[in-house]
Amino acid sequence: MTQPASNNPDKSGKPVFAARSITKTYHVGEVDVHALRGVDLDLYAGEFLVLLGPSGSGKSTLLNVLGGLDLPTSGHVRYLDQDLTSYSDAELTMFRRRHVGFVFQFYNLIPSLTARENIELVTDIASDPMDARDALELVQLRDRMDHFPAQLSGGEQQRVAIARAIAKRPEVLLCDEPTGALDGVTGVVVLEAIERVNAELGTTTAVITHNAVISQMAHRVVSLSGGAIAGTRINERRVLARELSW
Amino acid sequence: MRALHRKLFRDLIKLRSQTAAIALVMACGVATFVMSLSMLDSLQGTMDRYYEEHRFANVFASMKRAPLSLAERVREIPGVGEVESRVVEAVTLDMPLMEEPASGSVVSLPSDSREGINRLYVRSGRFPEGRGSLEVLVSQRFAEAHGLAPGDGVNAVLNGRLETLRVVGVALSPEYVWLIPPGGILPENKRYGVFWMGREEMDAAFDMKGAFNDLAIRVMPGADEAEIIERVDELTAQYGGLGAYEREDQISHKFVANELEELRAMTLIVPAIFLGVAAFLLNIVLSRMISAQREQIAALKALGYSSGEIGRHYLSFVLLIACVSGVVGAAGGAWMGRGLTRIYVDFMDFPSFEYDLHPRVLLLGFVVSAVAAMIGVASALRAAMRLPPAEAMKQQAPQNYRPTVLERAGLQRFVPLSARMIIRHIERRPLKTALSVLGIALACAILVVGGYSEDSVDYLLDFQFQRVQRYDVEVVFGATTDDRALSSIRALPGVLDAEPYRALPVRLRSDHWQRRTGILGLTSGDGLYKLLDMNGTPHALPEHGVLLATTLGQWLGVGPGDLVTVEALEGRRPEFTAEVAGLIDDFSGLAAYMNVDEMNRLMHEQGTVGGVYLSTDPQDSQSLYQDLREAPQVAGVNVKASTIKSFRETVSKNLGIMRSFMVGFSVIIAFGVVYNSARISLSERSRDLATLRVIGFTRREVAIIQLGELATITALAIPVGLVLGYFLSWLTSQATNAELIRIPFIIHPSTFALAASVVVGASLVSGLIVRTRIDKLDLISVLKSRE
Ligand SMILES: Nc1ncnc2c1ncn2[C@@H]1O[C@H](COP(=O)(O)OP(=O)(O)OP(=O)(O)O)[C@@H](O)[C@H]1O
Ligand SMILES: [Mg+2]
Repeated sequence: MTQPASNNPDKSGKPVFAARSITKTYHVGEVDVHALRGVDLDLYAGEFLVLLGPSGSGKSTLLNVLGGLDLPTSGHVRYLDQDLTSYSDAELTMFRRRHVGFVFQFYNLIPSLTARENIELVTDIASDPMDARDALELVQLRDRMDHFPAQLSGGEQQRVAIARAIAKRPEVLLCDEPTGALDGVTGVVVLEAIERVNAELGTTTAVITHNAVISQMAHRVVSLSGGAIAGTRINERRVLARELSW
Repeated sequence: MRALHRKLFRDLIKLRSQTAAIALVMACGVATFVMSLSMLDSLQGTMDRYYEEHRFANVFASMKRAPLSLAERVREIPGVGEVESRVVEAVTLDMPLMEEPASGSVVSLPSDSREGINRLYVRSGRFPEGRGSLEVLVSQRFAEAHGLAPGDGVNAVLNGRLETLRVVGVALSPEYVWLIPPGGILPENKRYGVFWMGREEMDAAFDMKGAFNDLAIRVMPGADEAEIIERVDELTAQYGGLGAYEREDQISHKFVANELEELRAMTLIVPAIFLGVAAFLLNIVLSRMISAQREQIAALKALGYSSGEIGRHYLSFVLLIACVSGVVGAAGGAWMGRGLTRIYVDFMDFPSFEYDLHPRVLLLGFVVSAVAAMIGVASALRAAMRLPPAEAMKQQAPQNYRPTVLERAGLQRFVPLSARMIIRHIERRPLKTALSVLGIALACAILVVGGYSEDSVDYLLDFQFQRVQRYDVEVVFGATTDDRALSSIRALPGVLDAEPYRALPVRLRSDHWQRRTGILGLTSGDGLYKLLDMNGTPHALPEHGVLLATTLGQWLGVGPGDLVTVEALEGRRPEFTAEVAGLIDDFSGLAAYMNVDEMNRLMHEQGTVGGVYLSTDPQDSQSLYQDLREAPQVAGVNVKASTIKSFRETVSKNLGIMRSFMVGFSVIIAFGVVYNSARISLSERSRDLATLRVIGFTRREVAIIQLGELATITALAIPVGLVLGYFLSWLTSQATNAELIRIPFIIHPSTFALAASVVVGASLVSGLIVRTRIDKLDLISVLKSRE
């Protein structure tokens, strides 16, 4: 079901994402909060990256900047040949529409739409989407496609969110704590879905977590601490999601 | 974009009760607008058509008696199109169903009754024929009031002889759209009727062969009416002419025009206020609904939807609401406008009516509701979009509560926790709270606007009929007579007090301004007719000179000490100058008063009397009325009590219908607004409330917190709303510039009380609904799904 864990992506070519000296500062009253303090990060095609770090270390901020949801205070993000940091709001929108699949920590499904319709929300505007049912098949929720978010468990909602993110066949899949609110067993099911997308579709994937166990399934693990990269580790041997437990 | 559309419909369905409430509020605004404007258009159109089709005259003149050859000379005046010479006489009537005497006018018909000016509309029966049979057509209102039908007889005193008129038909005339008895100011269907009789019969009955006493003239388009009037006056002067006048001074038209003028103020200002308020409320409600969806907006943005697409999505949401309310409002408004027009047309005695619903009225109503909706959504959307999606999707940061006034004042120990939560919540978002308060206050305000007009009319009625006109009966003499008629009436049993008066028709001039009006000659300003200004302050009747109503003074550009030229339109028609002795700021716009002795001296007459005010003993009224009916000079008897009664049955009933529509709309708007505020605030706080429930608060405790806020906001809104309502009503009253009667600006406390209690009622009902919602609050789903 999964590819051999040793099958590393091609790191010789140009990176898909190249972030250079990213800083992000929030001003709260008199205080400056430095969420990111000069981060350099490359993301390669087909790579499965895990961003690890304690709460408040800047993981979500970094991911949002990479995905074009937010602009850094300083520094540059390149996507292939384009400088995202020079984009206008409208260009960022088109960038997200074409290339990025997001999975949010709190699912953010539209409560008034069914699982399938939430996916159609994306397939309606994508250029070469997969069928909503196929996307749900990938996360093994095809039989629940006519259910509303409120009728689904947290893990099921998260899997719908993954299906929604991948339905457009994005180049990159960015997942912010996809298992944060889930128990171990459900978390594994969700991670399996992400793993499959990465392996079968070759989608470049970045997953945020503060759960070190999960990092075992990555090609590469980047640790953030206090808004800066504290370390990078390459997993010589990846562990399949279904073998994880916590 | 099918999925997005589906979201649109699902949202509409999910928020159906709130959406319906908004749509209803907006529909009410549109409906008042369409109703009022279409009614005004229809009445104006009906009147214009009626006047044109029935060839209503432009210039009128009465005189004592003129030879028929004079009519020929009038016809030769340049600009005169058609002339009709007629005989018009006053008669007293003996109606079996009535205690008090009734009076009427008999008007001659031209030889070919279907031709000529002021053509009749025969509702039933036929035109009079034959001779010596005294056949008449009778005015419809009078016929209805007395159940008269062709074949019935009416006893009338014609030229001193008691005769029986034979009713052969019921008719309407453009000249008598509004039937006001001579000397009266209000229509009285039962007490005054008009009869049309063949010319030859009239000539015989009133000894008018070869002569006439009344002219109706149609002028050619573009002709100078003032010039024609002057020439007619010259020609009729030696025949006892009473001064020609144009349509604007024709009594029926004057009242109809006045009524339309009042309606116009009502129909422009009130719907504008309603529509404006509805638009504002729509704005508030929509922006709160959209900000409640800000996380969804953020998610859509993150998925790659552009701001334009999201904007269009919400725009279609509100445009759909606006369209529904536009259609419902326009349809409802048209339906009610038609009904109201029919009521008014009946009331004003137009023969038929066409309901004119101009497309521009519909279009305007539509556009206003759509634009209001779009403005509402635009500001809210801009706010929602400005938030970066990453921000909006974050788990909501704990809201920024600060210590409130309570804590700063160190009073928190004395206030229960739930109250503290309410106060903090209100204080934390002052703008939002202020808008909620303003919304409900506006709803309260339009209840005041919708209800106030009747208070003014009630006040005016009481003021005029109880404090100014302190007599019980007014006797109008047919021709001006002398003291003997007065003393004979004074001697009648049942008469407690009698005071003569003389109403002199005049033209008042100063420099270049002139005005046709009447001067009331009184013996004292403190007797049965009391001179009071608007504030009820008594005014003395000047020994010399003339006392003018302030509006009339302003119109003529004169003040105390100035001279005005008085051209009497009665008797020998002398012209004299009189000093303006003072101005009286009263409710009648054009009144003028004088000492009757001074008046007679200036007229070179002695002891002339036009009528007499009586205070009577109610026990003897029956016999007194009988005596008055038989008294020779009496042309009309106005019994105050029946005038008031008749007014209540007609005019105030009409006003009442209009008012109940307005109040009905205001009630709906009030409910819509309060309900929406309550529901939105509930949805905004359902997570908090669920959390409270989870940590062990009871349903009751949670409900108290939520409803306490609604109660607080309602309590704040009511006083604000009453003040706003007072102000808006004042604005409305300022827009009414009908000059015949100045409507005072009075709001009775009961109107305020009604407005306040409707709002309280709306809050209670909304609170009850919210309460049941809180009871059914699904803790799991609220905590699980974030919306
Ligand atoms: N809008 C904001 N205003 C001020 N400070 C902010 C804002 N958003 C984030 N921060 C701060 O930036 C820092 C990084 O935030 P970020 O959300 O990236 O952390 P995280 O690593 O994702 O944490 P978690 O694991 O808890 O989600 C934190 O200290 C946070 O308080
Ligand atoms: Mg985070």
